[in-house]
Amino acid sequence: MSNDLSPQNNKIVVRKLLLAVVGMFAFGFALVPLYDVICDLTGLNGKTGGRVSEAEAGILVDEQRVVTVQFMAHHNAEMGWNFEPSIAQLSVRPGEVNIVSYRVTNPGTDVMVGQAIPSVAPNAAAAHLNKIECFCFEEQLLQPGESADMPIRFFIDPELPASITKLTLSYTLYDITEKSDNVQAIAVR
Amino acid sequence: MSATHTISDAHDHHHGPAKGLTRWLYTTNHKDIGSLYLWFSFTMFLLGGAFALVIRAELFQPGLQFIEPAFFNQMTTMHGLIMVFGAVMPAFVGLANWLIPLMIGAPDMALPRMNNWSFWLLPFAFTIMVSTMFMEGGGPNFGWTFYAPLSTTYAPPSTTFFIFAVHVMGASSIMGSINVIATILNMRAPGMTFMKMPLFVWTWLITAYLLIAVMPVLAGVVTMMLFDIHFGTSFFNAAGGGDPVLFQHLFWFFGHPEVYIMILPAFGIVSAIIPTFARKRLFGYDSMVYATASIAFLSFIVWAHHMFTVGMPLAGQLFFMYATMLIAVPTGVKVFNWVATMFRGAMTFETPMLFAIAFVVLFTMGGFTGVMLAITPADFQYHDTYFVVAHFHYVLVPGAVFSIMAAAYYWLPKWTGYMYDETLGKLHFWLSFIGVNLLFFPQHFLGLAGMPRRIPDYALQFANFNWISSVGGFLFGFSQLILLFVVIKCIRGGKKATDQVWEGAQGLEWTVPSPAPYHTFETPPDPKLIHAQ
Amino acid sequence: MLSKAKLWLSLALSTLLFWSAGLHAAWDLNMPRGVTQMSRDTYDLHMTIFWWCVAIGVVVFGAMFWSIINHRKSKGVQPATFHESTKVEIIWTIIPFLILIAMAIPATRVLTAAYDASESELDVQIIGYQWRWEYRYMRENMDEEEVSFFSVLSTSREEINNGIEKGENYLLEVDRPLVIPTETKVRFLMTSADVIHAWWVPDFAIKKDTIPGFINETWVIVEEPGIYRGQCAELCGMEHGFMPIEVHALAPADYQAWYAEQQAGIRQVRELAAAEMSMEDAMAQGETIYNRNCVACHQPGGVGMPPVFPALAGSVKATGDVAVTMDTLVNGVPGTAMAAYGRQLNPIELASIITYVRNSFGNNTGDVVQPADVNAYIEGGQ
Repeated sequence: MSNDLSPQNNKIVVRKLLLAVVGMFAFGFALVPLYDVICDLTGLNGKTGGRVSEAEAGILVDEQRVVTVQFMAHHNAEMGWNFEPSIAQLSVRPGEVNIVSYRVTNPGTDVMVGQAIPSVAPNAAAAHLNKIECFCFEEQLLQPGESADMPIRFFIDPELPASITKLTLSYTLYDITEKSDNVQAIAVR
Repeated sequence: MSATHTISDAHDHHHGPAKGLTRWLYTTNHKDIGSLYLWFSFTMFLLGGAFALVIRAELFQPGLQFIEPAFFNQMTTMHGLIMVFGAVMPAFVGLANWLIPLMIGAPDMALPRMNNWSFWLLPFAFTIMVSTMFMEGGGPNFGWTFYAPLSTTYAPPSTTFFIFAVHVMGASSIMGSINVIATILNMRAPGMTFMKMPLFVWTWLITAYLLIAVMPVLAGVVTMMLFDIHFGTSFFNAAGGGDPVLFQHLFWFFGHPEVYIMILPAFGIVSAIIPTFARKRLFGYDSMVYATASIAFLSFIVWAHHMFTVGMPLAGQLFFMYATMLIAVPTGVKVFNWVATMFRGAMTFETPMLFAIAFVVLFTMGGFTGVMLAITPADFQYHDTYFVVAHFHYVLVPGAVFSIMAAAYYWLPKWTGYMYDETLGKLHFWLSFIGVNLLFFPQHFLGLAGMPRRIPDYALQFANFNWISSVGGFLFGFSQLILLFVVIKCIRGGKKATDQVWEGAQGLEWTVPSPAPYHTFETPPDPKLIHAQ
Repeated sequence: MLSKAKLWLSLALSTLLFWSAGLHAAWDLNMPRGVTQMSRDTYDLHMTIFWWCVAIGVVVFGAMFWSIINHRKSKGVQPATFHESTKVEIIWTIIPFLILIAMAIPATRVLTAAYDASESELDVQIIGYQWRWEYRYMRENMDEEEVSFFSVLSTSREEINNGIEKGENYLLEVDRPLVIPTETKVRFLMTSADVIHAWWVPDFAIKKDTIPGFINETWVIVEEPGIYRGQCAELCGMEHGFMPIEVHALAPADYQAWYAEQQAGIRQVRELAAAEMSMEDAMAQGETIYNRNCVACHQPGGVGMPPVFPALAGSVKATGDVAVTMDTLVNGVPGTAMAAYGRQLNPIELASIITYVRNSFGNNTGDVVQPADVNAYIEGGQ
């Protein structure tokens, strides 16, 4: 209140506010992992989780229930590979382990590295689709003209909400040759 | 008082302003800096307005007439960025500089040198921003909301400069708000308790805290963009495990409080003007303060209502819908208080009052469409259409911008020492009022009929209302030249203004002579002059 | 002065009425009621909220204008001195709160219905591209022909550039509309191949963002056969205003017939792709494809918009080794707006556009690229 004290008080106020500014800047970055955690827990954005160990599967197979899993393949606009699931859809029992493969071909004239990004609809099912093995965990390097069958081993968590009878697993394939650490990819660029 | 000498330029206190250009370059005087901010803001208003007129000219008729779609996108983007960050925000900072020390009986802002800095960063930032339009590939073309990946993987090369400009003006805003907070907390005259502060001071205090909270988040977002573009990170790039929707969450965590940053000081201005011309004390001062604080708090938990169509779980949609609707309550309290202030007053209708009344009516209409937009299922239809364009222009143009104009007319006699030309002022008001409604009201219909925003050309059923809207746009745009003329005329002379200027004016700024001397309240004002608002 | 303004206003409005007499439905004021339960519920909700707002507006503005008229200094009134009342503040906090609850209840009901996850009968993938939509009908097994196609604006550049009169569905028409059956729950699975777009058909009250790398879903049950139009609703770059949506809803039997026809068409294309194409055919079809898919960036005459969109006239890629032209068309150019057309066009179309580009705008290589060459390139990696 008294002007005589103000330089002292100003310093304190400025220091506190600058601290708040730095804190909020850091908070902005903290929101990134926080968002990922929230997404993992709620399936907010349809992203599936990481690798699940085999042991967690098959403990409890729900024989009473059948869920349809659809498989889709998408490409980013600039990705020229052929990319297709081996089957269009599969009826599975929650808890049982299934294997499906996607076929991919590099029709171009250069070595390329691809990365598949999974997404599940409805989003609420994302947290219940467990992958023991998936090509999306790694980059894929293909020589010109090369083809590969890429497997995914997965099971549906028996705790999948009862209202969901059909879920869709989609992969979008990206060209990440520019970003890859792979020796051959580096040689190409 | 001796202490304040050490933090501002000591010799300033004993002379008038320095002469020539250096006065403005080196000034640490809150009145000079306030004027600089206001002139800068007005320049940006005309520039952003010119861009808007390019948009309206292209939309005058269906078909492409004047500009290419690529340039159209740059126009919408630059119009938004310049109006938000270059016109509205600096105008409020300018008013804060001029008025807060006068209103709380302080000799200057708490940190005068930083004040100089925070202003002079702005022309620098906006020169960079505007110069991107002349770079290879053109300027920012991804909308003022710059959603990734359009603004990262698919952006023009000039985006790096855009990011730099955002950083610089962010720094300016943060420094400005630190200054406002320090001034209000530490520099109040004896007797000026918190609950005696004019509402303009209160709303600015809360605004400044909002700025401190969200401008760093914006800085963080653009930094992440920079890293995605140049350093191979994948914050917003799905290919590397990122998520483009995360960008929207972060952006709107900044963006929604930002919206209130542009309207809270307007509430303060209107709360000063209406009592003056109603010759009656503001109704419900305490509830006004609490309502402002509630709006500020709620602004942090409603951001996702900008993104109802991205595909959130039901629980999320419901939460953000309810929280958003809740904002209508404190906002409603404010409107009711203004009406109650007018009720059984003795009103006159000088130009500031006309702008303030127009503010109450038209801002409230923007508030109604805001409630409609909060209703998630209905928002699926409104989202990203001209209905949204109409909504936020109603709260920002006849809302924020009208309040700034009202403030300019209201305090102009105090700043210049002369009365402005009332006839021209009223002409300016009526042309602006008609223009703004012709411009934005038909856009509600366009949006409901299905016209998406940010398109350079449209289907034939949208032709009529676009035509009207463009006519309104040009009327409103060119009417602003009257304001420029009135201000220049008022600076050069006119009828001498009294100290109190307006019959019903209350507050410390009306106790100093008109024009306000270069230095005021070097000794604190008499506590007896400080009344409850 | 006020009356003068009114005079001008009425003058402007009457000119406007006269001028617009020829345009149809150009005075639409409100949102369509649409053809789904969801769209009607949304419309009713919208109107409910609207009338609430009107009612509040009448009360608040009524009180204000009554004060403005009666409590003015020129009438010689003395201002009152009251300036606070906790009771009044509480009342006008609680009443709006109750009104909001009254609004929130129907809103919650409509929103919950939109999230109904019960099983659909037909699933269609919607993929956004700069600046076109792709539709893929999901099959139950991989041996079936996959019905999938791109849907591109069919309004001509001459109409857009005001060279010729604009048609009735200016900017809202496409070459191949999405076709769906009526009375059927159709689920849409949406994603994007580049930036975020939003798929919006007002008559269905559906607007959903298509997000690269992520799947969004929504559904519709259309009740009446008809043609429904919409547009991309999320800014997606230069041609954002030029990627409309056209949906044809057919009675289920008609839809089945259409679907079978599409599958037969795919088999036919496969056979035709084996046949030889003449220069004339290739150039004619190539021109059509160019005007639909390429002209926005590469411009009429192949002059491009350098430096972002390169010229095709005299370009090395278009006139040099045919494999390079083919690679550019099929695989696109990473990091630019040039998309991989390998999946967007069939081999016949690809062969035609390649031939066209290599023999137009002053380019004169004289070679005719055959569908079989393109096929071999795509399938086998050259």
